[in-house]
Amino acid sequence: MKRILLIAFTGLMLIAGSALGLIETYEFSNPELEVRYQRLSEELRCPKCQNQTIEDSNAPIAQDLRKLLHQQLEQGASDEEILDYMVARYGEFVRYRPRFGGTTTVLWMAPVFLLLAGLVVLILTLRSKPEARIDKSAGLSDAEKARLDALLVETEKHS
Amino acid sequence: MVSRLKLFAPLILFAVMALFLFRGLGLDPNEMPSALIDQPLPAFRLPDLAETTILTRSDVVGQVSLLNVWATWCVACRVEHPYLLDLAERGVPIFGLNYKDDGSDARKWLLDLGNPYRLDIADREGTLGLDLGVYGAPETYLLDAAGVIRYRHVGIVDQQVWESILQPLYLSLQSEAGL
Repeated sequence: MKRILLIAFTGLMLIAGSALGLIETYEFSNPELEVRYQRLSEELRCPKCQNQTIEDSNAPIAQDLRKLLHQQLEQGASDEEILDYMVARYGEFVRYRPRFGGTTTVLWMAPVFLLLAGLVVLILTLRSKPEARIDKSAGLSDAEKARLDALLVETEKHS
Repeated sequence: MVSRLKLFAPLILFAVMALFLFRGLGLDPNEMPSALIDQPLPAFRLPDLAETTILTRSDVVGQVSLLNVWATWCVACRVEHPYLLDLAERGVPIFGLNYKDDGSDARKWLLDLGNPYRLDIADREGTLGLDLGVYGAPETYLLDAAGVIRYRHVGIVDQQVWESILQPLYLSLQSEAGL
């Protein structure tokens, strides 16, 4: 019984292994192309599954784009040409690092702007004198001082 | 006085953030503007579904029309299909781009459900789809009489989409072409 289960389990594992093997592999005529393929497929975003690269995604459109990327690399296209080609069809959205300019200006400038705003707040906070931040009116009145002294004397007696 | 106002800073911050987040609730992240708006329809050379003729860009261009990207594997396409038939009956020229599909499945679909398309472009490999920046089906492109893409709708075209978005554009493009 145990042996049958073991065989069945091994069989299942083999099937699971072949399912993983469905992700296509590409042959490259030149190892340098493969490096560029890796880099570009991690930079290009899958238009359908928006938070995955085309490298990560198994969506049909990502498969198509990987195939296209492979073809273009083999045909000798430069990185710039390939990215231009993709952007012309899918917009700047398709790149994880979109070009600076036009609608992406806000996107690129936002961190700089936020950093500057943070610095301004920091400087303003540091420049205001510490004494100014303590509310003097919050001090004790004469009656309260007298009561505090009385209480202190009291506790000293007890100890 | 100024320190009093400072006390309200978190509240104001909260209100601004709430406003943005509330706006975000109504936005569809899948609705991306096409990179091809105001660009001419890309040239193509593809067979029709019956595989009898070769269709090119000039077969489609010449009137204000819709180019509908569909496939039999696309469930939403089946949902919008009856409305496309309805539009075709009302005289709206619709061209079908059968995207990455099996030819015989597609022919059977049109035979069973009716054919709203003036022409059926068969894009088996998805080459025209790629040039159009298609990333799923259904997608519907509005072309003007000169063959320039003026609008792309991602998702189902139903009465609401047609009447609120596509029809006003369609009519204004038609009157533009009439001049």
